[in-house]
Amino acid sequence: MYKKHTFAEIFKVRPIMRLSTLKFFFFVSLLCFNPVLSAQESTTSSPTEEKEFNAVEMIMHHISDSNEWHLWTSTDENGEEHHVSIPLPIIVWKDGSFHFFSSKKIHGHTHEGFTLNHGALVSTEGLEKAGIADLFTGLDGKFVDLSITKNVAGIFISIAFLLLIFVSASKIYSKNNGVPKGIAGFVEPVILFIRDEVALPNIGAKKTPVFLPLLLTIFFFIWINNLLGLVPFFPGGANVTGNIAVTMVLALITLVVVNINGNKNYWGHIFKPPGVPAWLLPIMIPVEFLGILTKPFALMMRLFANITAGHIMILSLISLVFMFKSIAIAPASVALALFVSVLELLVAALQAYIFTVLTALFIGMAVQEEHH
Amino acid sequence: MDAGLIYVGIGLAVLGVGLGIGRIGGSAMDAIARQPEAAGKIQGAMLIAAGLIEGAGLIAIIFGAFVK
Repeated sequence: MYKKHTFAEIFKVRPIMRLSTLKFFFFVSLLCFNPVLSAQESTTSSPTEEKEFNAVEMIMHHISDSNEWHLWTSTDENGEEHHVSIPLPIIVWKDGSFHFFSSKKIHGHTHEGFTLNHGALVSTEGLEKAGIADLFTGLDGKFVDLSITKNVAGIFISIAFLLLIFVSASKIYSKNNGVPKGIAGFVEPVILFIRDEVALPNIGAKKTPVFLPLLLTIFFFIWINNLLGLVPFFPGGANVTGNIAVTMVLALITLVVVNINGNKNYWGHIFKPPGVPAWLLPIMIPVEFLGILTKPFALMMRLFANITAGHIMILSLISLVFMFKSIAIAPASVALALFVSVLELLVAALQAYIFTVLTALFIGMAVQEEHH
Repeated sequence: MDAGLIYVGIGLAVLGVGLGIGRIGGSAMDAIARQPEAAGKIQGAMLIAAGLIEGAGLIAIIFGAFVK
């Protein structure tokens, strides 16, 4: 029988700073995204002709990463477009030294040998961008791009939200003698659901306290990022979980945790699947071995595809109005976009839940004892 | 010819997803009709299975749309 610790016992908060200080820092840090302080305006030329609306380009611009956070574009009476965006810092490692500068400096110009080419950081000195494989084969003639892009800033924002929500919830428990009020009352049923329906049945009572924080982090991180991706204005709209690199890292975390915690049973099942006749083993063993990799791969692709497809759907429905160049389409387009957005709310929570359930399942397979 | 075949492939993937999720929905309806008290649990299981199948279909669609 799982000894039901009190909620506050499991999720003790170790005091690093008091909650009011954390809230203060959170709101002050949002100010550094203040467009009045740091935004740049850029104007495009050819004020007399209207650019043809290109739906694919607009959708790709919204889905992909960028070195600045575009807030809005206004067109003044001359027909010139003013883009207001927050320039994000560029951090590059080149020839043994780091270069920090704001992306304001390379917007349309060249600075320290770098410039922006269609939103992507390129080197004017002929250097290529280094990939992960270049860590092993050598970094000559390549620069390492560590910039804070829109997605990275989006991750920091969701981390800030997560800290705010859960540190507040912990504080409420200690202040109110274990009675959840306020945000803790909202968060507790969800956490208990993950513990009782996801973690305990799959991992078992003995190992759940070890892995429950990981499962909860994965669930809430993915859920909050999915939800923020649906918000069209700052601080949302960064499309974090629609970036395959982010979902790849989440799947890698699952891969590493499962295989590091695999016990004798787990590896036994892979190299000697029970109940398999000997002549089938040469096929089964490579299949099982590949299965170690394909399971996290499917996790990565599932989350990426669901979120990106949802965003593309919503953007396409809205751009119908611009493609038909008539306001008459608007009621149908907005109604459909509203319906799809509500569906995306469901998908946001469902995909977070599915990722967590599958991770719990894999961890359970890795740590389960013999059960014949 | 190849460019057009990608769209046929994407259509086939959607066909598979539609059939699969349709079957899940149908079985869920039958189960709820047999036992209305279990409707909540059946609905939960249905949504999870639908999410997994849709994931597989969307993987095929994204491969078709983005991988040149």
